[in-house]
Amino acid sequence: MIDILGFALIMVGIGFFAAGSIGLLRLPDLYSRLHALTKADNLGLGMLCAGLALIDGSAANAAKLFLVWLLVMAASATAAHMMAQHTLRQDIE
Amino acid sequence: MHAPLLQLLDVLLAVLALALGWAAVSSRDLKRSVVFFIAFGLLLAIVWARLGAPDLALAEAAIGAGLSGALLLSALRDEPETEAGSDLMQGPLATLISVLCLALTAVFAWVLWQTLGSADSARMADRILEELPGTGVSNPVTAVLLNFRAYDTLLELAVLLAAVLGITALGPARPSFRAAGALFDGLVRWLVPLLILTAGYLLWAGAHAPGGAFQAGAMLAAAAVMLRLGGRAGGGPPQPRVMRSVLASGIAAFLLVGIITMVSGKAFLEYPQAWSGTLILFIETAAMIAIAATLALAYIGGRPADWESEVVTSAVTKTRERR
Repeated sequence: MIDILGFALIMVGIGFFAAGSIGLLRLPDLYSRLHALTKADNLGLGMLCAGLALIDGSAANAAKLFLVWLLVMAASATAAHMMAQHTLRQDIE
Repeated sequence: MHAPLLQLLDVLLAVLALALGWAAVSSRDLKRSVVFFIAFGLLLAIVWARLGAPDLALAEAAIGAGLSGALLLSALRDEPETEAGSDLMQGPLATLISVLCLALTAVFAWVLWQTLGSADSARMADRILEELPGTGVSNPVTAVLLNFRAYDTLLELAVLLAAVLGITALGPARPSFRAAGALFDGLVRWLVPLLILTAGYLLWAGAHAPGGAFQAGAMLAAAAVMLRLGGRAGGGPPQPRVMRSVLASGIAAFLLVGIITMVSGKAFLEYPQAWSGTLILFIETAAMIAIAATLALAYIGGRPADWESEVVTSAVTKTRERR
């Protein structure tokens, strides 16, 4: 039962990554592309990590996966913010 | 996971690695090439992990993709918009390079084929695992790098020291970045201590698990790169005198241990068994600091601001004293 739940979470996570990738390729400007990309990083990876942690079952590995998710979120949110700010400044000039 | 699924993953990794490598080499835009190269390095790290070589995967991710990528990007920053392939990648020279690369690949493939074919000879890995208990560490990779083939690692550190000379000969350091905004500064505040902690962990874990001086040094260097990118004054290198001893510390520790073993009647770098774990940790700590300083200096890209001034002033005072 827990395995099935974990598998489902991983599948939903992969779905977010696919949607993010399609968005990155198809959306018109940088802001909306960043929007698509950060969703994949945050939600997609979060679900992937949650699913893996459920299937693995050990608390120590779950904590490591949680840490991985937190680090990627901090990095991707900062990077997205900086890219958006840079582009916004250029657009205004 | 089932075996066919894993095989599918392996084939996908191999195809992607080739495609990314090709994209990195053939792209006309240098920036694009660099980004492809970083992605290629990350993919290669996964390939190493799949091949059961986590030590190499760590090193590839930290040094091959991370720090090399940062170095290439900072080199691009100096270079105004240039078209790739302006001189080197065109004409008869390009053909020559391609032919030579193909020939080299063919030779490698042949050697690999021959090695895989000769299954009868004793495999190196088995012999290393046999001798492992006497090395003072339980991670076979660290045992090879710091015990069986300590000479090679010593010479690698000498190569790094030579690279430092090359970097300082390049000229003054690049101008530092302006102070970062609140958000990036916050990230730096969190990540730098975490990177230092990870470096310490990797160094300690190297004795029994994947890790070691090179990976730990890369982590410390990454912390230095973060500080530099954040435009922090504290991110600069230490005083020239300290910096020089830090840069030389790895090779100094190695030579010190080597000389002590020689004086006590053993061969150069032949550790006494009871002490080998401690000695390896000592050498690795010094090597980590030296590697980190070298990589950080490479990112700064030249002599730090007060580097030569001290040399010049000391030279001037000496001449004055002579008079």
